[in-house]
Amino acid sequence: MTKSTEPVLEATEVSKRFPGVLALDQVSLSLGPGEVHALVGENGAGKSTLVKVLTGVHRPDGGRLRLHGRPVAFGTPLEAQRAGISTIYQEVNLIPLMSVARNLLLGHEPRGRLGGIDLPRLHAQAEHVLAGYGLSVDVRRPLRSLSVGAQQMVALARAVSVDARVVIMDEPTSSLEPREVATLFGVIGELRDRGISTVYVSHRLEELYQICDRVTVLRDGKVAHTGPLAGLDRLRLISLMLGRDLAEVRAVGSAGPARTPDGAAPVPVVETRGLARRHVLRDVSIEVRRGEVVGLGGLLGAGRTETAKAIVGAMPVDAGEVIVAGVPLRRRSTAGAIRAGVSMLPEDRKAEGIVPTLSVRENIALAALPRLARAGVVSDARIDRVVETFMRRLRIKAASPHQRVSELSGGNQQKVLLARWLAMSPKALLLDEPTRGIDVGAKAEVQTLIEELAGAGLGVLLISSDLEELVSASDRILVLRDGAVVAELAGADVTEEQIMAAIAARSGEEPHG
Amino acid sequence: MAEAVAERQGIDRARVLAWLQEYGVYASVLALLLFNVAFTPHFVDTGNFRTQLVQVAPIVIVSLGMALVIGTEGIDLSVGSVMALAASVVVLYLGYGALPALLLALLAGGVAGAVGGALVAYVGVQPIVATLALLVGIRGLANVLVPQLREFTDPTLIALGSDSVMGVPLVVLIAVGLTAVVTFLVRRTTFGRQVVAIGGNRTASELSGLPVRRVLLLVYVISGLLAAGAGVLATARLQASDPTSLGMFMELSAITAVVIGGTPLSGGRIRVLGTVMGALLMQLLQATLIKHNLPQSWTQIVQAVIILAAVYAARERGAR
Repeated sequence: MTKSTEPVLEATEVSKRFPGVLALDQVSLSLGPGEVHALVGENGAGKSTLVKVLTGVHRPDGGRLRLHGRPVAFGTPLEAQRAGISTIYQEVNLIPLMSVARNLLLGHEPRGRLGGIDLPRLHAQAEHVLAGYGLSVDVRRPLRSLSVGAQQMVALARAVSVDARVVIMDEPTSSLEPREVATLFGVIGELRDRGISTVYVSHRLEELYQICDRVTVLRDGKVAHTGPLAGLDRLRLISLMLGRDLAEVRAVGSAGPARTPDGAAPVPVVETRGLARRHVLRDVSIEVRRGEVVGLGGLLGAGRTETAKAIVGAMPVDAGEVIVAGVPLRRRSTAGAIRAGVSMLPEDRKAEGIVPTLSVRENIALAALPRLARAGVVSDARIDRVVETFMRRLRIKAASPHQRVSELSGGNQQKVLLARWLAMSPKALLLDEPTRGIDVGAKAEVQTLIEELAGAGLGVLLISSDLEELVSASDRILVLRDGAVVAELAGADVTEEQIMAAIAARSGEEPHG
Repeated sequence: MAEAVAERQGIDRARVLAWLQEYGVYASVLALLLFNVAFTPHFVDTGNFRTQLVQVAPIVIVSLGMALVIGTEGIDLSVGSVMALAASVVVLYLGYGALPALLLALLAGGVAGAVGGALVAYVGVQPIVATLALLVGIRGLANVLVPQLREFTDPTLIALGSDSVMGVPLVVLIAVGLTAVVTFLVRRTTFGRQVVAIGGNRTASELSGLPVRRVLLLVYVISGLLAAGAGVLATARLQASDPTSLGMFMELSAITAVVIGGTPLSGGRIRVLGTVMGALLMQLLQATLIKHNLPQSWTQIVQAVIILAAVYAARERGAR
């Protein structure tokens, strides 16, 4: 699809270092005129850092940027915008209280004879522009009265109208209705015809194959692959993103679980029926039985974390129910779910898990406090007993129970959080990326622990982006895509290859056996 | 070599600051006391001590509530106005007797706190905005109820402000008692531990099933009750209700006491005794400078320096 020769925007061996991490390691990206370029990668791969370098938010530590062949260095996002690079972020960044027309033509308003804004012309012009995007709204209304999709369309129209040469779209369809997505794709097609290039960041493979010409896959801050999208097998694309070599996976073959879920009770400990939330989850039904580890597979944004959060009542849902040990949860709240016996180990340990100002002891006792108290007065003796038990059982390494939890290593913090839940003697645990960001030794320990817990009769729902871990720990795996369960793998089918095949399969098509 | 030395110094500096945050307020109070014993004539008089303690008692009581609120990463700007509201309510209903009037004043404070707490916990208004609205509104309400200074002669209420038990003013005893209660609340009760946890990490507390909203609401109610109590005591001592000026800028004194007492504004930690010491330090400082005939403006400047020092020590600790 690349028509002309010279690239519009070219990044050469760009590097960016943050304290402790090399976010971008000699990344190159070249964008031809009218080209729609997909930028993909898992969490922490460096996509957003690259976008921020291209749009002048971050200054690169190494490498060069060229626009139309001329070297450029953007000091601020405004400079990048003036040079013709427009960005549409997930969160619409316009002025919600101003009218649609004012937002659209801000800084380019048609002027009347006395230099004032010519409102009738402003409105007429705005209506005309928006009609081109299939949007017929009252442009006098404040922007925030529009749907998110319509707002995004206004942002897009604005981005393009200010003489953009390159438009960068970060997950533009995450809150759009199918009809709006179609309009968006129409607009992207027009941009292509006018020679405006697009960088398209998304996790939705369907969309990438529909509109993108070329793709760059980032992994751990490096370019894992770059090239035309047509002819690139979906399975191959996913293996590039996840960093699992296909040949290697095939050679290793099935690493199915050694454990069989014997003694499985007929009633599942946790069951969901038709969980749904607009743009996030579609009809998710899951069963986790006693002593079983159920894995949730899928790419970032497929709805894995959201499923867990919906189960424990940390995210509202539009429809569906959660049943714990045969009893439906009536009022949806985390407290209710915890009382019923289901708890979640959150993905972001620092933001959602530990209370950094408190000690190891208090962090462990946090959820169980009411149980360890008499008439609202905490019993030190009871807390000490529980804390000591779990610090020993989970081998938590701390100078003393009174050490601040923020001084512990990531692995030990994770164990503190596990202890917090185990102190509640739960029926089921939902573990969201339990081994992310912890060192190898601790990782193995946590994995062994998961196995032990399931062995002791706990139901475990495991979310992990580490396919190897997911396959070796899970008895069954459910694969999610775009918020829906697309495959269930059990027994000999629990393999990395099968998971990737399920992720790669087109909508409405079953993964081949 | 040079690096190792630099590192050593860095650690030492961090230690000094940590120590300063932990014990700085106690050390300052002690130093100021010693200075006064040595250089200020008549400082050691019991009469002088009494005056100082009686003056600081209402500030201490209000600061206790403020410490709880700040522990949740919030702030309560309405405390001064709540004091004024309590002052008006107590004289309005004095006709029914001192005790019913006192209870009604406390009730008014609790309701004011509940309104602020509900705005923060259930509506999601930022604490500074919610309580700023109350600061303005409640002062207005207090002035509507009692438009000008009103003196009273109820002996029970006057006794509350001026009686002593074994030589210690009743007001001071009440402040000491409330300090003990709040210390117990923070250290030993489920509620207190939940307050600290919510201030330390609200999301984690929610995911751990803590009744976050209820706890937040209750914290503001307690702050309102304590402020109302302080308002009644101050009124009793004045022997007149003065809603126009009573408790004016009290929120600033209370926040100052909490901050220099070592409670971080970012929440997650509450130092009850430190807060009391913080209030004492400010009181002593003012008294010292006045006794040495330095103008009021000097007190303000020295207070500002102390506040900055306290915040600096807290900041270094947090960045570690």
